[in-house]
Amino acid sequence: MLGYLIRRIFSALFAILIVITVTFIFMHAIPGGPFQSEKAIPPAIKANIEARYKLDQPLHIQYVDYLSHVVRGDLGPSFKYRGQTVNGIIAERFPVSMQLGLMTFAIAIIAGVGAGIIAALYQGRIPDYVTMFFSTIGISVPSFILGTLLMYFLAFKWGLLPAAMWGTPQHVIMPAMALAGLPTAFIARLTRSSMLDVLNQDYMRTALAKGLPRWRIIWVHAVKNAIIPVITYSGPLLAAILTGSFIVENIFAIPGLGKHFVTSIYNRDYTVILGLTIFYSILLIGLNMFVDFAYTLVDPRIKLTGGKE
Amino acid sequence: MKKFSLILAILLCAILLLNGCGTETGDNGDSPGEEPGEENGEEMVLTFNVGTEPETMDPHLSTGVPEATMMLQMYEGLARLNVNSVPELALAESVDVSEDDLVYTFHLRDGLVWSNGEPLTAEDFELSWKRALDPELAADYAYMLYYIKGAEAYNTGTGSVDDVMVEALDDKTLQVTLEAPTPFFMSLVAFKTYYPLYQPAIEEDPEGWHLSADTIIGNGPFNLVSWAQGQMEFIPNDNYYDADAVILDRLIFTMVENESTELTMFETGEIDMTHTVPGPEIPRLEQTGELNILPYLGTYYYIFQVEKPPLDDINVRKALTLAIDREALVTNVTQGGQLPAFAYVPPGIPEADGSDFRENGGDYYSYDPETAKQLLAEAGYPDGAGFPSVEILYNTSEMHKMIAEAIQEMWKQNLGIENVTLTNQEWGVYLNTRDEGDFMIARAGWIGDYLDPYTFLDMWLTDGGNNNSRFSNADYDRLLAEVRMLDDEVTRMEMMHQLEDILMEEMPICPIYYYTQPIMVKSYVKGYASIAVGGIDFKTAYVEE
Repeated sequence: MLGYLIRRIFSALFAILIVITVTFIFMHAIPGGPFQSEKAIPPAIKANIEARYKLDQPLHIQYVDYLSHVVRGDLGPSFKYRGQTVNGIIAERFPVSMQLGLMTFAIAIIAGVGAGIIAALYQGRIPDYVTMFFSTIGISVPSFILGTLLMYFLAFKWGLLPAAMWGTPQHVIMPAMALAGLPTAFIARLTRSSMLDVLNQDYMRTALAKGLPRWRIIWVHAVKNAIIPVITYSGPLLAAILTGSFIVENIFAIPGLGKHFVTSIYNRDYTVILGLTIFYSILLIGLNMFVDFAYTLVDPRIKLTGGKE
Repeated sequence: MKKFSLILAILLCAILLLNGCGTETGDNGDSPGEEPGEENGEEMVLTFNVGTEPETMDPHLSTGVPEATMMLQMYEGLARLNVNSVPELALAESVDVSEDDLVYTFHLRDGLVWSNGEPLTAEDFELSWKRALDPELAADYAYMLYYIKGAEAYNTGTGSVDDVMVEALDDKTLQVTLEAPTPFFMSLVAFKTYYPLYQPAIEEDPEGWHLSADTIIGNGPFNLVSWAQGQMEFIPNDNYYDADAVILDRLIFTMVENESTELTMFETGEIDMTHTVPGPEIPRLEQTGELNILPYLGTYYYIFQVEKPPLDDINVRKALTLAIDREALVTNVTQGGQLPAFAYVPPGIPEADGSDFRENGGDYYSYDPETAKQLLAEAGYPDGAGFPSVEILYNTSEMHKMIAEAIQEMWKQNLGIENVTLTNQEWGVYLNTRDEGDFMIARAGWIGDYLDPYTFLDMWLTDGGNNNSRFSNADYDRLLAEVRMLDDEVTRMEMMHQLEDILMEEMPICPIYYYTQPIMVKSYVKGYASIAVGGIDFKTAYVEE
């Protein structure tokens, strides 16, 4: 078990190194730089700025220099937001995105799994059609349309919620619903199909023959097994929604992290691009590892150490 | 089963816990009840959407217009621009200018203090300006201080800080020696690179002093009291020398970037005033009286890369310029109250006698498809026959695309030029392409730094950093050098008209429209001042019942 963990961590570190290297190369391959503007600044001032951020050094030196900082947990200063560090930006904004992301995740899991179970139990009947109809809509309607519609009705027409901004629990509702649309629908479909699969298994019939109560069969024997694909999906899902969504944050004026994933590239804010990529990779790899452990808890047939035991 | 429910329970707990934490900080962030003065009924609050988060709150480092708006409320220089963007003495009570216009001696007001009550002296100015020039600080706008003797040398590493000719003679007297006569120097000292900054705060935390409302010490009409959750809150600064002029009890800046969200919030009354308007809404808002078109000192134009045939031919450049129907373009395409440009320097710059530079200069051309056709024929392309393919480059944006398409169509209709192609590039790539001169025609815009035609004209110097057209004219360069050394305002303006004459005769650029800044504003918001070189001043703003 410990050996497995160590191996996983090593391969994760290797993966992150590759991510950094590839991002570094691509980032510098894009024309333009962080200190470019329509008003060209005098060459001497540009030289001052580049010297300050060590951009005047050859690329391989910058690369080694950057890595040595990353190893110490320092993601460097932002070039665009002068005075701010990448660590500071993440520390300030990640809690906002995380709060919204966890809310979204809770909605998606509860509503998605619930709807999927209902659909499976009533396969081919009205509840199935209704949930699957809504899940088709959920998958095909993008979050910005859902968000705009919610804002139009809940804020503009009926005045129930503040249209945008952040800070109170009311501010979380609409963006969380907008973000949850797609994952909820997707999880509902996943749950439904895997539930149907499980319900047709022999052990279901055995349980039924044993005379177990219906709720117990469904909750203990069916759902627990049907949930595995959902667990697989929730690793990357969590990593994606915890780090924020550019478009939903933009619509609802939320000071989250999502914005920086996009604007840092436009700004050629090299350290922010790299820092966020690293942060996202760590989150993604970490959550995927967590998911792998979660499998073993749900399904004793799955062993982490593979065929060796 | 047990393990499974355990995971679920832990997950749920985690969610609740994290949500709980987040909400609490949220409440602390913008609790409205912490200020006194609510006993006498309603507070006068104004909410303005500044549209974006600041890139930095350090006045010496900032370059953008949103930042300028924020800093106008929190800081003040020796002078402050009024509604017409004309400088008026502010922290300085009087100024003596030497006979040769090179030495400015500013006398500060009595009893000036920072927002924390500490005295503000001439030495604060001296230290602040030298800090802005420090090559280590690497400020973009350091060149705004290059008019001071010794400033450029220090900033570019060839001189010493001691040779920068700004000196506090005593607590209340600041003496500045300039490199050359600079008639717009009073306008410059109102600019943010010339703001005094509270030195102890900078010494304590040189990098991060401006990151939190707690550590920013200003000297303007308002104090920043909170900055969190995408919102800034200001209250009047009781230590401001002109505090009586400030009427608002509270000023709130929101940072909503999305235009349709901004519109919804304006409609629901969550914000009273914005920095922009979604284009299609302009006619409707004009009807309801909630539209205000503010002046904005800038020109939108196309650059001709004059080294690339057929654009190396002056007649081709002229033909293309004359064949654009600018009236139709601003009324049907841009629809933002822009003014069609028939010259380069935008209106709004006063000359020595107060008359407008643009009015005096007049129009250089008009919409004239007939002449355009003739010019094109003279260049060897009658009715566009044999005209080589040209490409219009713009940075990716719906508006730039619509304008380029309209112009493409006008050239086709009026000149018979069929093969005009459009290409768009992402901002950074586009700037790079422009710098490298790897284009034929490119969209561009220029916003003045100060209220003087020179801020528009000096960029067309041969090999100048902003001269993407690669235009080169010996007369132009010579005149420009003369203007720089001239202190007689009347002759100076005359020469700048001559500079514009050359530019419009050679036509390395094709002006399209003069910028304006249309905003949404509720009819009860009064007393704000818009600065044509960027920013809105709320010093005397108020809300009418």
